[in-house]
Amino acid sequence: MVQYPRWQLFLVLAVILLGLAFVSPNLLKRETADGLPGWVPSQQINLGLDLQGGSYLLLEVDLAEVMREQLDNLVESLRIDLRRAKIGYTGLGVDGDAVVFTVRDEASLDQAREILFRSAGQLLIESSGGGGLRAEFTKQAIEERRVGIVQQSIEIVRRRIDETGTREPSIQRQGEQRILVQLPGVRDPERIKSLLGKTAKLTFRFVDETAAADGSRVPAGSEVLLSDELDPYGNPRRYVIKKRIMVGGDSLTDAAATFQDGQPVVSFNFDGVGAKRFADATRQNVGRAFAIVLDNQVISAPVIREPILGGRGIISGSFTTQEVQDLALLLRAGALPAPLTILEERSVGPGLGADSIAAGKIASILGMVFVVVFMGIIYGLFGLMANVALILNLVLILGALSGLQATLTLPGIAGIVLTIGMAVDANVLIFERIREEVREGRGPVTAIDAGYRRAMSTIIDSNLTTLIAALLLFQFGTGPVKGFAVTLAIGLITSMFTAIMLTRLLIVVWLRRRRPQALAI
Amino acid sequence: MALIRYAPIAPNFNFMRGRKVFMAFSVAMVVASLTILAVRGLNLGVDFRGGILIEIETRDAANLGDLRARLGSLGLGEVTLQEFGDPKDVLINVQRQDGAEEEQIAAINLIKSELGDQVAEYRRTEFVGPKVGDELKQAGLLATVLAMLGITIYIWFRFEWQFAVAALIALFHDVISTIGLMALIQLEFNLSTLAAILTVAGYSINDTVVIFDRVRETLRKYKKLPILDLLTRAVNGTLIRTSLTSVTTLLALISLAVFGGEVIRGFSIALIWGVVIGTFSSWGLAVPILSYTNLRVGVTGATDDPAEKTKAAEKS
Repeated sequence: MVQYPRWQLFLVLAVILLGLAFVSPNLLKRETADGLPGWVPSQQINLGLDLQGGSYLLLEVDLAEVMREQLDNLVESLRIDLRRAKIGYTGLGVDGDAVVFTVRDEASLDQAREILFRSAGQLLIESSGGGGLRAEFTKQAIEERRVGIVQQSIEIVRRRIDETGTREPSIQRQGEQRILVQLPGVRDPERIKSLLGKTAKLTFRFVDETAAADGSRVPAGSEVLLSDELDPYGNPRRYVIKKRIMVGGDSLTDAAATFQDGQPVVSFNFDGVGAKRFADATRQNVGRAFAIVLDNQVISAPVIREPILGGRGIISGSFTTQEVQDLALLLRAGALPAPLTILEERSVGPGLGADSIAAGKIASILGMVFVVVFMGIIYGLFGLMANVALILNLVLILGALSGLQATLTLPGIAGIVLTIGMAVDANVLIFERIREEVREGRGPVTAIDAGYRRAMSTIIDSNLTTLIAALLLFQFGTGPVKGFAVTLAIGLITSMFTAIMLTRLLIVVWLRRRRPQALAI
Repeated sequence: MALIRYAPIAPNFNFMRGRKVFMAFSVAMVVASLTILAVRGLNLGVDFRGGILIEIETRDAANLGDLRARLGSLGLGEVTLQEFGDPKDVLINVQRQDGAEEEQIAAINLIKSELGDQVAEYRRTEFVGPKVGDELKQAGLLATVLAMLGITIYIWFRFEWQFAVAALIALFHDVISTIGLMALIQLEFNLSTLAAILTVAGYSINDTVVIFDRVRETLRKYKKLPILDLLTRAVNGTLIRTSLTSVTTLLALISLAVFGGEVIRGFSIALIWGVVIGTFSSWGLAVPILSYTNLRVGVTGATDDPAEKTKAAEKS
C-alpha cells in the first residue's frame, strides 16, 4: 500500500481550510467583512490603484532650493550682525555651497569668525587668507535638515490631502528625498496635483518706499517681486519689497474662504504672537504700504490706514471662488518647507479599473476552463485529480493574497492566469513518470510511488529557477510589475503544494478505495 | 476519456539529426531580431522614454482626425493617437517635453483643457518625468541581467558548467527573439512587457531544466550510449510533457490575450511568443549545444559513485 503519513494528511487539510477561510471574506460585502469578530479572517484582497481607480504620485522634495535659501538667510543675518559690530567687509555672498566674505581689517578677523560662529551652529569655517572667510554647513547639519524637511513635507502633504476629503490616502517616504502618494478612488488628480505643486509660503512684508518705483536700483535687503496684477502696459506689476518678514504664514491659526463686497476673499486669524507683532507693526507704520506675498508673488499691497489690532485680516486679490478655497486650504495646512516636484504620475479612472477587473475575471475563468477541459481529455481520471488541485490552487493563491494583504494589480491577475497554465506542469511531470513505470510493468502502487519520487527533483529544480526570476522581479520591479511578481511567486509555491501533496492524497484515497489492478494511464 | 493512453511514452523522433538545422534557425532568429531591432528600434512606452500617456473615453465615437488636428496644434511635439480596443477609446501618446517635470505637467493640463468637452472619462493618465524614466530603465536592465545571472548560477550549481552555458545561450536566444518580435510588430515596450520577458526567461529555463534533468539521468543510466543517441532519447522522453505543458500554458495565455483587456494585450502577446520560442529553444538549441561539449567528463565522478551505480542498474 502507498504510504500517506498522517501528518501530511493533516497538513494538506489544514492548509486548504486556511485558504478557504482567508478567501471567504472576499465573497462578502466590504461592510459585512469589516463587521466580523476579530478572530475570524476578515481581510479582503487589496486591489491596486490600476484596478480600483485612483492616483499614484511620486514627489521629490527640492532640497537644493532649501539649502540655497538657508545660505541666503545666513548672508542676510551676517550683513546685519557685521554692520552692528562695525566690522568692514567686502564680497559678502554665496559661492556654491558656502557663504564667503572678506574682512577689510584683518585685526577683526577673529571677531568676524565669532559672529559667523554664533549666527548659525554647525558651520565649517575656513580662513582663505587675506581676511577671507568661507563657511559651509557640516555634512551632519545638512543631513539633519534633510530628514527634518522631508518629514515635515510629508506631514504638510498629508494635511493638504486630508483637507480635500480624500479617503484612505497613503503617503510614504521613498528613498532619501521622495514622497510616494497613493490616492485610491480620486477622480480629479489635477486639483491635488496643483495643491501639492504650491509651496504656499505666505509672508507679510513692508514695501520698500525708498527704492525707485520701477525697481531699477534695489537697495540691499530688498528685492523685486512681481504681482499677478497687470500694469497699464500689460506686464505684471513690479514691487520692491523688503526681505525682512513682518509676520509669516506660520502665525496663522485659521483661514477660510468667504466673500467681501461680492468678491471671493480669504479671511484669516493670527495666533497671539502673530497678532501682537502685526498690531505693533501696523501701529508704527500707518500710511505706509505692506505687501502680502505668497510664494514670491505679491498678492496685494494695501496701505495701512489704521492699526490692525484684532489679529484678524483678509486677503483680497483677483481670485476665483475655487482659487480662494484652495488658498484657504493651503494656509490652513501650512507651508511646505521646500518645493515639491511631481516626478511621476499614474492615474486610472474608475471605469478602466472596473473594466480591467471584469476582463481579468473572464480571462481567469476561461483560462481555467480551457486547461481543465484539456487535462480531463488528456488524462481522464488523473486529469480530474489534477483539476481539483488546480482549482484549490486558485483558492490558495487568493487566500494568500488576502492573508498577506499583498496588492493585486492587473499584471498580478495576468500572473494568476499564467500560473493556472503552468501549475499543471508538476502533475504532468508526475503522471508521465507514472506512465513510464507502468509501461515497464510495475503495479499501480509501485508505479505511483516511483512516479512521484522520480519527478520530485525535476519539479523542484524547474520551479526554483522560475521562482528566482519572480523574486528578482519583485526586488527590482516597481508598482505593477511587483504585483505580477507577487502572484507569480505565490502561485509557484501553492502550485507545488497542491500538485504534489494534494493530488497524491487524492490518488492514495482512490487507490485504497478501488484497489485497481492496472492504471488507466 | 483519457487520450494519453494512445500516446507513446517516448516518441522516436531523431532530433539530433536535425540539430544543425535547428541551430542555424536559432542563429537566423537572433540575427533577424537584432537586425530588426537596429533598423526599427523598440517602440518605447512612457515608462522608459518619459513623456505622457493619456487614455480617454470620448462621448461619441472618436474622430481621430479631428483629435489629432486639435492636439497637433498645441505645439507639444510628436503626438500619436490610436484607437484602443473600442471606437470610443483613444490612446494619446505625447513625447517627452523639453525641460523638467513642470513642463510635462503643464502639457497634461494643456491637453486636458483642449479636450475638455469631448471626454467622458480620463481612463488613464500616466506621466513619467525624465529622472524616473532613466531610473526605470536602469532598474529594468539590472533586473534582467540579474535574473539571467541568478538562473545561470543556479543551474551551474545543480548541474555541470556545460549545462549552465547551454542554458544561458538558450536564454539569450529567447530574450533576444522576444525583443525582436516586439520591434517587428512595434509592440509597446514598457514595464509590463519587460516583466513578460523575464517571465519568458523563467518559463524557458523551466522547460530547459526538465530536459536537462532527463539528460543527466540518462547519462548515469547509459554509460556506453553515444552522446547523440543519448540526447535524442532524453528529448523524446520528455517530449510529451513538454508539449502538454506548453499547450496548457498557451491555453491560459491565449485566454488572457483575447479576454484580458486591451491594457495587458501586449504583455500577453509577448508571453505567447516567448513560450513558443522558449519551448523550441530547449530541445532545438540548448540540447544541441550540449552535444558539442564533453558531457561524460562532467558526470564520471557521479557514475563512479557505487551507490549511483547500483541505482542506475536497478532502473535499467
